[in-house]
Amino acid sequence: MRKLTRLSRFNVASLALGLAFLYLPIVILVIYSFNASRLVTVWGGWSLRWYVEFFNDRAMIEAAWMSLRVAVASASIATVLGTLAAVALSRGERFRGRTLFSGMLYAPLVMPEVITGLSLLLLFVALNAERGFWTVTIAHTTLTMCFVAVVVQSRLGSLDRSLEEAAMDLGCNPVNAFLSVTLPLIAPAIIAGWMLAFTLSLDDLVIASFTTGPGSATLPIRIYSEVRLGVKPEINAICTLVIGLIAIVIVIASLASKLSSSQGESAAPL
Amino acid sequence: MSARRIFARPARFAAIAPYLWMALFFLVPFAFVLKISLSQTAIAQPPYEPLFDLTAGWEAIRTAFGALSADNFKLLVSDDLYIYAYVRSVTVAITSTAILLLIGYPIAYGMARLPRRWQALAMVLVIVPFWTSFLIRIYAWINILQHDGLLNQVLLALHVVDKPVVWLSTDTAMYLGIVYSYLPFMILPLYATLAKMEPALEEAASDLGAPPWQVFWLVTFPLSLPGVGAGVLLCFIPIVGEFVIPDLLAGSNSLMIGQTLWLEFFTNKDWPVASSAAIVLLAVLLVPLLLYERLQRRQLEQGR
Repeated sequence: MRKLTRLSRFNVASLALGLAFLYLPIVILVIYSFNASRLVTVWGGWSLRWYVEFFNDRAMIEAAWMSLRVAVASASIATVLGTLAAVALSRGERFRGRTLFSGMLYAPLVMPEVITGLSLLLLFVALNAERGFWTVTIAHTTLTMCFVAVVVQSRLGSLDRSLEEAAMDLGCNPVNAFLSVTLPLIAPAIIAGWMLAFTLSLDDLVIASFTTGPGSATLPIRIYSEVRLGVKPEINAICTLVIGLIAIVIVIASLASKLSSSQGESAAPL
Repeated sequence: MSARRIFARPARFAAIAPYLWMALFFLVPFAFVLKISLSQTAIAQPPYEPLFDLTAGWEAIRTAFGALSADNFKLLVSDDLYIYAYVRSVTVAITSTAILLLIGYPIAYGMARLPRRWQALAMVLVIVPFWTSFLIRIYAWINILQHDGLLNQVLLALHVVDKPVVWLSTDTAMYLGIVYSYLPFMILPLYATLAKMEPALEEAASDLGAPPWQVFWLVTFPLSLPGVGAGVLLCFIPIVGEFVIPDLLAGSNSLMIGQTLWLEFFTNKDWPVASSAAIVLLAVLLVPLLLYERLQRRQLEQGR
């Protein structure tokens, strides 16, 4: 009798088609970024001219720089706050307002970005804050710390608590036990959380559009306004650079999580 | 006192900073949206009447509440444009979620049937596009779908069509873009439940003489319902509020609510109406959330 658990031809086909669907457009985009022709659709041989064009485009470079700064700053703040939130949720047992706290942490994950962006802008206007780098950073931190909290919390949940308890039996106070035992064990999850926050911030268009001021556009905002005017080969090059950057980030993040799983529950020092 | 209890107290202190942050940058802004949705439009900077002035004390709060008006909501209900935008958003979201389920299920099923070592790789391959900027992925489709784009070139070369087909700025392009962007959100929760499923259950059904389609429909599918629910919700909610994909890929004659809100805010600068639209959008999204929660509770009760 045929075993059902075996891969059928249908399973393989749907998997292959699905992955092709996911990757083909990106591969085409990357290939065409090296196209020498000014016409996006006509192949004119390999060339780096659109990359050169990008590096000569001051406005684009400034936007890219702004995006990078916002992403690093917001990912760093979000990692600290998100980790604290995860510790409170998974180790704090009950505290007053816990339900509201976890509700606030999960709500931004499903909230449409237009609403989050709109409400933050109204806050900044009411506070009379000058919009630019800091308002975008704060907005991105608010969104991404929720993702960090989820990633770190799942790692904390799978951690053996007796390790912390053993440290305290041996005379550590709770804070020391956390710093010297728990923190090294969840470090890979924290790194993965930072990477996720970084790419989410780098990627965000909607919330940044609402919370930024004149003269401080992020890269997605610039790309978006260019794309609305039509396809330009230079955009292909910028997109390929962003894809390359994110690919590097993914490799680091997956190395970190591999480290975390091979380390397992053993308290090997980092 | 157990070590666990001792640990709990400092852990609670860890909540303080993120708690304050979320209260200030998530909760308070919502109060603002609500307040502004109930105020009059003003031609000024900012383009709405000021929030209440707390320095004037209780009297100011009373007058502020006295000035609340439901006019913006009345406008939303009375103007066809808005009602149409809501209906279209929900229709688009339902249609694309259904397509996502149809496409995503076989892929997740195939992943769950792979040998263990390959499953991890397949999972990474599905997640990677999710990490890649969504704007770039939409832009990649514009490249392909435009008038002299790759798709038309291929179709012309294969003699499937004799002149270029208009793909861009159509609903087909929009659905394609949405399905493409949200596919990982559908596959991952489906895969998570399918991979955890006990293969012995399917084997038992098949040993007892059920043909494959019956095994699937009577055993596999019902057991994967939690994953279906999570996937549907993960896709449906953000699609309703979607702005960028319809804006770049769909035609401009029929807008979704996310676009309407955006236009009202940035182009018409009518912040109160935009705020009201946001509140109604939230209300629309509360329905599937509550349904999902009830479904989950019922499953928990049945599980006992």
